Amino acid sequence: MSQAPHAPLFWAFLRIGLLGFGGGPSMIPLVRQEVVTRHGWMDDEAFADVLAIANTLPGPIATKMPGYIGYRVGGISGCCIALLATIGPTIVAMIALLGLFTRYRDVGWIHGMGQGVIPVVMVMMAQLTWDFGNKSRLALGWWVALAMAAVAGGLIYWLGVHPGWVIGALLLAALLSPRTLPDNKAKETSR
Amino acid sequence: MIYWQLFLAFFIPNIIGYGGGPAIIPLIENEVVGRYGWMGAQEFAETLALGNALPSPIATKMAGYIGYDVAGIAGAVVAVFATVVPSLLLMLGALGLLYRHRDSPRVKRMSQWVRPVIAVMMGWLTFSFLSEGLENAGVIHMVIITVASGLALLRFNVHPAFVVLAALVYGGLFLG
Repeated sequence: MSQAPHAPLFWAFLRIGLLGFGGGPSMIPLVRQEVVTRHGWMDDEAFADVLAIANTLPGPIATKMPGYIGYRVGGISGCCIALLATIGPTIVAMIALLGLFTRYRDVGWIHGMGQGVIPVVMVMMAQLTWDFGNKSRLALGWWVALAMAAVAGGLIYWLGVHPGWVIGALLLAALLSPRTLPDNKAKETSR
Repeated sequence: MIYWQLFLAFFIPNIIGYGGGPAIIPLIENEVVGRYGWMGAQEFAETLALGNALPSPIATKMAGYIGYDVAGIAGAVVAVFATVVPSLLLMLGALGLLYRHRDSPRVKRMSQWVRPVIAVMMGWLTFSFLSEGLENAGVIHMVIITVASGLALLRFNVHPAFVVLAALVYGGLFLG
């Protein structure tokens, strides 16, 4: 691989990382803007394919995209550069800010700052809960979604089953069971 | 040993967390707060708040900071590695296979079926932040900040960074 694409890769994904507020999915338009519109590393169709493929896999979308695009454009080193440019700066900022915060936690007003932020996180989490619940309802219907949530909640919080087993079983069921009618979905949860 | 635990604590949520970055948050909380006890609910909430105020994916910021908090720079590297590398390797390695199945109803069904589980875990996390807030900040401050930030975030679409900043200032002034 030539050296040429590495600098533009770095700057493109640095911009994506620094401008992409609001987590992974909100960064996708930015990635498209840089990769398709600005640099022409891919056309729109290829980009849509990569996005669809990334969505079939677990894990954050905003690291699979830079990693894969970096690899396509600049090989393994391109992959590393794109990833580091996307996630590196804010990880360092996070460690620096929270490290400072933790060090002065005993100071009264700094302790207060930490407490003031909890309701905000609660609101954000409530919004995410609503969002995921609503999407489940749209895909599965009220009853199936609620039944699945209730069974999963009971297993995880009442019986103490690790969520990995619950989700793993569901993933396997989704992959292996034949193309079923929507009615059969509730049954799968109870396994 | 600690590095292996860190690897597992971030590998598992990321390999089962369908639905993008936010889906991983309750799964990480389950490992970091619930299973290994590296952080309390308060500390986790602070990490999440700052994570939401900064750009770039939430999952890697959480991994980087929590890894650093638990085991220094090497811990941060291990946690971020466990977050990023497995799913990326899968993507690079199984591209052809995935390409053929990218529109398969089974694959779509996977994230659909996982979503209610994630929703219930997010609801549980919301509740734990609620009880943590009531315990520490008290009912009155809790109601004021919740209503104000709820309006700002949901009604007026204020940028999360500004809402977090405002809550920090409020907490510094009235909860110190």
